[in-house]
Amino acid sequence: MATPKSDLPQGTLDLLILKAVAGDPLHGYAIAQRLEQVSRGVVQVPEGSLYPALHRLENRGMLAANWKKTETGREAKFYQLTRKGRKQLEAEAASWQRLSEAVGLILAMDGVVR
Amino acid sequence: MNWWSRLLRRSRMEDQLEKELRFHLDQHADDLVARGLDPDEARREARLALGGPEQVKENCRDARGTRWLEDFAQDTRHALRTFRRKPGFAAVTVLILALGIGATTVMFAVVNGVLLEPLAFPDAERLVAVHGFTESFGEYWGFSPPDFADLKRISKTLITAAWTYGGGTISAPGAPEYVDGRQISAGLFSTLGITPLQGRGFQPNEDSRGATPVAIISSSLWRRRFGGDPSVVGRNFVFEGKPYVIVGVTPAGFQLDEPADVFTPLGQQTEPRMQNREAHFLHVPARIRPGVTLAEAQSEVALIGRQLEAQYPKSNRGVGMRVRRLQEEIVRDVRPTLWLLLAAVGLVLTVACVNIASLMLTRAISREREFAMRVALGAGRSRLARACVTESLLLGVFGGALGIFIAKLSIHPFITFWPGSLPRAGEIHLDWRVFAFGIGMSLSSAFLCGLAPIMRIPLRGLDPALRAGGRAIAGGSSRLYGVFVASEIALAFVLLVCAGMLGNALLKLSSLDPGFDPRNVLTARFAISPAALGNPEQIRATWQDVLDRIRRMPEIKSAALADIIPMREGENSLSYRTTPAPPPPSQEPIALASSVTPDYLKVMGIPLRAGRFLDEHDVAVSDPVVAIDENLAQHAFGTKNAVGRQLWVPAFGAAPVQVVGVVGHVRHWGLAGDDQSRVRDQMYYPFAQVPGPLLRFFSSVMSITMRTKTPPLSAVEPLRLELRGAAGDQALYEPRSMQQLVSASLARQRFLLILFRAFAGLALLLASTGIYGVMAYLTGQRTSEIGVRMAVGATERDILGLVMRQSVWLVAAGLVAGVPVALAAGWALQRFVAGMQPAYVATFAVMIPLLLISAFLASFIPARRASRVDSVSALRQE
Repeated sequence: MATPKSDLPQGTLDLLILKAVAGDPLHGYAIAQRLEQVSRGVVQVPEGSLYPALHRLENRGMLAANWKKTETGREAKFYQLTRKGRKQLEAEAASWQRLSEAVGLILAMDGVVR
Repeated sequence: MNWWSRLLRRSRMEDQLEKELRFHLDQHADDLVARGLDPDEARREARLALGGPEQVKENCRDARGTRWLEDFAQDTRHALRTFRRKPGFAAVTVLILALGIGATTVMFAVVNGVLLEPLAFPDAERLVAVHGFTESFGEYWGFSPPDFADLKRISKTLITAAWTYGGGTISAPGAPEYVDGRQISAGLFSTLGITPLQGRGFQPNEDSRGATPVAIISSSLWRRRFGGDPSVVGRNFVFEGKPYVIVGVTPAGFQLDEPADVFTPLGQQTEPRMQNREAHFLHVPARIRPGVTLAEAQSEVALIGRQLEAQYPKSNRGVGMRVRRLQEEIVRDVRPTLWLLLAAVGLVLTVACVNIASLMLTRAISREREFAMRVALGAGRSRLARACVTESLLLGVFGGALGIFIAKLSIHPFITFWPGSLPRAGEIHLDWRVFAFGIGMSLSSAFLCGLAPIMRIPLRGLDPALRAGGRAIAGGSSRLYGVFVASEIALAFVLLVCAGMLGNALLKLSSLDPGFDPRNVLTARFAISPAALGNPEQIRATWQDVLDRIRRMPEIKSAALADIIPMREGENSLSYRTTPAPPPPSQEPIALASSVTPDYLKVMGIPLRAGRFLDEHDVAVSDPVVAIDENLAQHAFGTKNAVGRQLWVPAFGAAPVQVVGVVGHVRHWGLAGDDQSRVRDQMYYPFAQVPGPLLRFFSSVMSITMRTKTPPLSAVEPLRLELRGAAGDQALYEPRSMQQLVSASLARQRFLLILFRAFAGLALLLASTGIYGVMAYLTGQRTSEIGVRMAVGATERDILGLVMRQSVWLVAAGLVAGVPVALAAGWALQRFVAGMQPAYVATFAVMIPLLLISAFLASFIPARRASRVDSVSALRQE
């Protein structure tokens, strides 16, 4: 656990959540787990903001929620990407890609970084 | 799921949120346990990772987007709880608001139904009325039939129609009955866009001399006399002694100016006046043709007027033509009264609102600590403001609902209470527009009332309010209170001045001499037997018989006939000249001409000033004579002694008429209206000298007047029996005592006075309670200050004076603001109510002390309480 943690840039939590549920429906805890695992522990999801974000996305129609049994037999609220959410995800992912490439290019400029 | 259903499932969502978070915590803890942590430690770790559960929940609720609604529901519950705890405050507020809203809604419903709603005709905004006008008589001069025919023929912009008054006796089937009627041109119904309930309107060929007599009857007559017979079209009835065929039935509620039962074709009339360009008796409604504007129609009609003037200088010189919207014409009489009343009611509502605002402010100040506490606990200023507004809106909803209920109960009594007939009264309803107005008014007034407390919400968290332990920091709010009290005083003063001026005017008007002696005089319209209308001799004989029969009755002292009766509807204005040659048209004087029998002067008790009145010797074959009133004598001859002089009256022919006597002026246009009326000269000419061909028409307008020995109205039934006639087809109708007519001539002033007095009383009461409340509060806040003052030697008198001075200042400020508004309101009254005179000095002299005394009494109780303060206990309150 020596990997340094990074704070999430403002507004990226929504994007990450959308990406996390792009496959199978997941409950809140699983979303947090997956984000942490996939980012190899770099992204620490602020759990306090996770649920408000989920509710906000549900409210905006990006996510749909269902109560289902988990493998351990308990009921949990599973979130799933809606069609609207998928579009939003594609748009935001593309824009993030462009932005990070641009930032990468700028940082790679010769003679600027000493 | 929309926000509404989400709100309804609020508790379910709360449960789910709880469950979701619990699941998360358990799951996290389980994972940690699986990694080898102690279960308690694992749970602690999981909680730490998630953060405060309440905060997370709160953020989730915010994210749901129904936040404001939940707050609103919470505020509503809180407000309801507060009301329940202080039911007195809520009840008083709701009641005051309900009275204000109720009165305003009633007046708005009347204004809406009468002035704002389009007339109940299709495409009513294209309907207009065409008027003649002359410089000397002004607007609303009728049309003569030849002028109407020319207008109809020439006009390209208007589809015109015409009507005039009719009426007569229906003698079969059933008992004889006098009914009101109208003579109408063929196009009238189609011009107005009216489809008869049954049958059809008149056709052009029926609207001409010699055509078969046809009639359209009202649906009320149809039900009353024909039992609603579905095949009434084609049936016969006898009207004015002539058999008519019914061709149509009007829709229920249809009326031109007032209800009428029989409509006959105007063009079938054979009277000489139908050819007379100087007989202006037609009303001309018209419809603007498609694609034409009102302005275009106006200029075309003015042009036609000028053409006719050039073509017929003898009759039409100085007579112009104008177009007005029909709706304006119908409501012309009541428009100013209605706006006046709506304004007055608005003032009352404003006073009520100010009163409620000051009540709410008082309450807000007493709740200052609560507010400060809530701010300290993290409530935002906007959140508290919303709570205040919710509270006042809730009061508004209750007040508005109760107010609309009051309006619903009182609208019909109010319309019945209206003096005379209110035009379009049948069209006044509490429709959605009125409801929207009522609801809008109550919510906006409640909102405004709720603004004052918002200003009391502390800006910062732990405000001095908490530390001060509820002691007043009264600076800001006492100024606000001052504004409230002063504006209540100002508004109440305006209403008091209006009521005072009306009362003053009514007192003056009632004491005016009407110019005749109204005691024990009975008047009634009368229709002689239609069978007698055949020739002039028969008509004269029948009327003579009527007079003779009346004179023989024991109840009657004297009796006479007259075509117009003072202070009753109906008039006949004729132009006159003092030389044979016509003067410039705009200067031609006009006199009210009344055709009477010799005893008229005696019956009415009009004083004779000079010469003699008309007598039995003035008959058809003798020289034409007139008696004139003192005004005409003064205008025409510059002297009251005009006996023996000559007048030329074009309506009587080219020959001059001899003035045989001068009599006193009669206030024909009512006690209030006569001084301002345009036609103030009067002349009387003998009924015996009315030319034969005109007698049939005169018969339809003659009334009988009698001086009685008994109370006048008790003579009506014996008269009815005595005058039924041999065939039982003569009818006495509209019996009125002259005292009734005199009193009715002031009905509008009296009506306004009653309402304004009620409004002013209410405003005064509200303002006084306002002063009382505010003074009680302010002195209560100053208790400790007063304690200090008394401790250092102030006497009870000093304290009393201190408090009273404060209230006198408030009243003075209110008066300073109120005087200019009162002057403006007085000006409006003078402008719109006949018989009003400027009486500011007298009114102010009464009303200012009245206000001062009320304010004095209202602030005396708090002042006295303050002066009794025990300094030791007051200081201990600290």
